[in-house]
Amino acid sequence: MPYDVLTAKYELHWIFLQSFVALGISLFKLVYTKLNGMRSLEIANEQELVESVIRRYGNQRHALVQILREVQEHTHWLYPDVLRQIADAVGLTLAIVNGVASFYHFFYLQPVGRYHFLWSDNVTDRMLGNRKLAGELCRQLGIVPGKSESGAPASLDFTSCTGLADQGPAVLVNQHRILTRMDEQRVDKVAELVRAQIPLHDWPQQWQLVDDQIHRTDVLLSSAPIRGQSLRETLARTNQATLAQIDASKLRGRGGAGFSTATKWRACLEAACPPDASRVVVCNADEGEPGTFKDRVLLTRQPDTVFEGMTIAAQVLGASQGLVYLRGEYRYLLDELLSVLERRRMDHLLGENILGVGGFNFDIDIHVGAGAYVCGEESALIESLEGKRGTPRIRPPFPVERGYLDLPTVVNNVETFCAVARIAEHGAEWWSSIGTTQSSGTKIHSVSGDCARPGIYEYPFGVTIQQVLDDCGANSTNNRTQAVQVGGPSGLCLAAHEFQRCLAFEDVPSAGAFMIFNDTRDMFSIAHGFAQFFAFESCGFCTPCRVGTELVVRRMDKLAAGHGSLFDESELHELEALMHGTTHCGLGATATNSLRDTLTHFRPAYERRLQAPGFTPGFDLDAELEAARRVTGRDDADAHLT
Amino acid sequence: MKHFILDGCEIAFDEGDTLMTAARKAGVHIPHLCWHPELGESGACRICTVKADGRLVAACTTRAAPAMMVQNRTEELDDKRRLLLQMLFVEGNHFCPSCEKSGDCLLQAEAYEVGMTGPHFEEFYPKRPLDASHPDVLIDFDRCILCKLCVRASNEVDGKGVFALGGHGIGTHLLINSPTGKLGDSEFAADDFAASVCPVGAILPKRCGFSVPIGDRRFDLNTLDDLAHAVGEQSAHADKQANDSSDD
Repeated sequence: MPYDVLTAKYELHWIFLQSFVALGISLFKLVYTKLNGMRSLEIANEQELVESVIRRYGNQRHALVQILREVQEHTHWLYPDVLRQIADAVGLTLAIVNGVASFYHFFYLQPVGRYHFLWSDNVTDRMLGNRKLAGELCRQLGIVPGKSESGAPASLDFTSCTGLADQGPAVLVNQHRILTRMDEQRVDKVAELVRAQIPLHDWPQQWQLVDDQIHRTDVLLSSAPIRGQSLRETLARTNQATLAQIDASKLRGRGGAGFSTATKWRACLEAACPPDASRVVVCNADEGEPGTFKDRVLLTRQPDTVFEGMTIAAQVLGASQGLVYLRGEYRYLLDELLSVLERRRMDHLLGENILGVGGFNFDIDIHVGAGAYVCGEESALIESLEGKRGTPRIRPPFPVERGYLDLPTVVNNVETFCAVARIAEHGAEWWSSIGTTQSSGTKIHSVSGDCARPGIYEYPFGVTIQQVLDDCGANSTNNRTQAVQVGGPSGLCLAAHEFQRCLAFEDVPSAGAFMIFNDTRDMFSIAHGFAQFFAFESCGFCTPCRVGTELVVRRMDKLAAGHGSLFDESELHELEALMHGTTHCGLGATATNSLRDTLTHFRPAYERRLQAPGFTPGFDLDAELEAARRVTGRDDADAHLT
Repeated sequence: MKHFILDGCEIAFDEGDTLMTAARKAGVHIPHLCWHPELGESGACRICTVKADGRLVAACTTRAAPAMMVQNRTEELDDKRRLLLQMLFVEGNHFCPSCEKSGDCLLQAEAYEVGMTGPHFEEFYPKRPLDASHPDVLIDFDRCILCKLCVRASNEVDGKGVFALGGHGIGTHLLINSPTGKLGDSEFAADDFAASVCPVGAILPKRCGFSVPIGDRRFDLNTLDDLAHAVGEQSAHADKQANDSSDD
C-alpha cells in the first residue's frame, strides 16, 4: 500500500479516535456536572431540612438528642457537616455534640444502608434462632454485620432487647418499623424486597403486626382507658386528700426499686421550686430491661390512663410540664401517642385551664430515646432529656429536689401512673385490698421464653412463680422448667426449688420481666448473653462498670471457648464481689446478678467448662506456633506443644 | 465544729464538705485519681471508695455527716482499690519504665500505696493514636484513664471546653474540640489549667522531658500520706492566720 494512503488512513483513524475521546469527555463532563449539581442541590436541601428541625426545637441545646434523632431520620446518618451545623445552631461545641451523638446506640456516625436492620439480641431472641436468621439475611444481601458503606442498599446490626420477647425474633428496620416472628421464609422475602428496593410502607402488613398477647387481666388491663373520670374525682377534692389517698393505697413504684410513690411526690412538693418555674412530671417509658414489654402494651392499650395519671400528679404537684421518655425502640408508637395527646387537648384534659379549672395548666411532650439502657435510671434519663450523654448523676441531690433543668421532678414508671389513675377512680382501700400487705395492687408481668403462651399476665402481688408457670403453659411442654429470670438480667435467676416463692417486693421483686428457661437450655450461655448485654450498655463513666463488665465478658468468652479453669471461676467471683458496691449506679451494681445466681444454682453448666484445675491461658499455645511452623516448613511432632 | 470518724480519728468538717475535702483539710490521704481540690465532683474512678456507716460510697461525692463512722485504709477497701487500679492499668497501655510521668504519676503512686505488684488481669492493649499536633503539648491517649480532670479544668477554669467524652462502655474516649479533632487545631495552650491537671502521663508538655531525674520526683521522695499531711498543716496554718486576723 502506498505510503500516503497509509498515512491518510491512520490520520482518518486518529481524527476518528480524537473526536470519540472528545465526545466521551464532554459526555462525562455533562453527567458529572449534572450529578454534582444534583448532589449540591441535595446538600442544600439537607441543610435546609436540618435547619428546620433545629428551628422547630427553638435552637435549644437541651433538645439536642431530639434534634439529632429527627435529623438522622432524614439524613440516615450523622455525618460531620451535619454535626457541625447542629453544634453551631444550638451553641454547643462540636466535641460535646460528638460526645452526645457517640453515646447513643441509635445514632450513626458512620453510613448505614438505606434499609438498616437492627436484630433484637435478647437471650429469648437467641433461643428462637435470631443469630442464624440474621446470618442468612447477611448472606443473601452480601453484607457483614456492623459494616456499611455510604449509599449501600442494606446494612445489619444487633441491638439490645426491643421489647418483643414474646413474639421474636424481632427486627427494627430504619428504627421506625418492626418485624416480628422472623423465620426463614420471612428472611427470604425480606431479601427479595430489599433487592427490588420496595419502600418500607409497601412491605407486608402482617409482618409488622405487634400483638398485645394479653393472657391474664386484672384491675389495670381489664377496664377501659380513663378519659377524665379520675381527673374529675381528683379536682373534686384537695391535693392533700389525693396525696393522702396515694399514701393510704401503699402504692410503690413499678420500675423495679419499689419506692413509695406518695413519699416521692411529697419530697418533690417539699423541695424548693423557683418562683417563676414549676415542678416537672416525667413518665419513664424507657422499658429497656431485657424481656420486659408490659409498658409497650400499656402504651398501646391504655395511653389515656397513663396520661391521666401524669395529669393527676401535675395537679397534686402544681406541675405545668410533663414529659414522656419513650425508648427509641418504641418509636413506632409515637404517632399514635401524639394523636392521643392531641385528642386529650381537644377534650380539655390537657393544655390551659384543664376541665375548666382556672390556672390548671399542664401539657405533655414526648421525648424519644436513642438506644441506651442506662437511661432507664432516672437521673440518666433526666440527663438525656436535657440533651446530654446519659450518665447517671451524683445523688443526692435526687431528681425530686433537682431534676429536669434543675427543677423538682417526679419520675414514675408507666405502670405506676396507670395505678395512680385507677386509685383516684376507685379509692385507696380498694387498691390496698389487692395484693399483699407490703405490696399493694397488681403487677403486670411480661412472660417469654420456654412456654406455650408467652405474653402479658397481670396478677395481684403475691402470686407464686409456679402459678405463673402453670398459667402460661411452661409445664405443658415436654421439658421441665429449669430456671426463671425474674425482673430481667438485673433481677434474680431462680431455680426450681424456689418456684414456690412469691412475686412481691418482700420476696421476689420484679420490674416486669419473666423469662423461662427449660432444661434443654444452657444456663451458662444465658448468663453469658446477659454479661454481653451489660458490657454493651455500660455508660463507661466509672471504672468498675466500664472495665469490669468487659472483663466479665472476656472471662466468659474464655470459658465458652473451652479454655476455662477454676482460676477463672474465682476471678468471676472476685469481679462480682467488686462490682457490688463500688459502681457509680445500679447498672454496674446489678450487672453480675445473673452471673452470681447461675454460679450458685447452675454450677454444672460452668463445671463443664472448668476442666483444668489451675490456670489456663486465654489462647491456644500450640496454635500460636503455627506461623513459626509455616516459616520453617516443619510439622513434625517436635514442632508441636502437645 | 462537727466531726466524723475516719479510721478511728475525729475529723472536723464544714457544712457541705465531702468526706474527701474534710479528710484533705485534716491532712489524711484518701486514695483518689479523678478528684481535684479546685474542680467539681465526679465520682468516676471509684478509687476513693470508703465504707461510711457500713455502706460503700465514693468519698469524693459523699457529704460528711456528724458522727459518721468511715473506714478508709482497711485491708478490705485496699483490696478493692487494688483491683480498680489494675482495671485502669490493663484498660490502657501503661508502661511505667518508659513513661516521662513515672515518679510523678498519681496512678503509679496510688498503685504502690495499695501494694499493687502486677496487672493481675489480662492486658487489653488498645490501639490509640498519639496526638502530637500541638506545638507545646502532646496527648498520649494510651495513658488516659478517663478521669475527666482535663475536661472539667478546661470547662470550669479555662472556660475553653477543649475536651469532652465520647463513645460509651469500654469504647469511651477523650474528644478534643477542634474542627479536625486534633489538639493543635484547638484553643488549648500550654499554660491552661487543663494542661497541668492530668494525674497520669496522658497530657505532657513538650521539650522538657526528664528534666527532673527519675528518683528525684514528687512520689519518689514523698509518700502520699506525707504529702497529704503537709497539705493538712498548710490548711491548719491558713485557718489559724484567718482566725488571728479576724481577732484583730
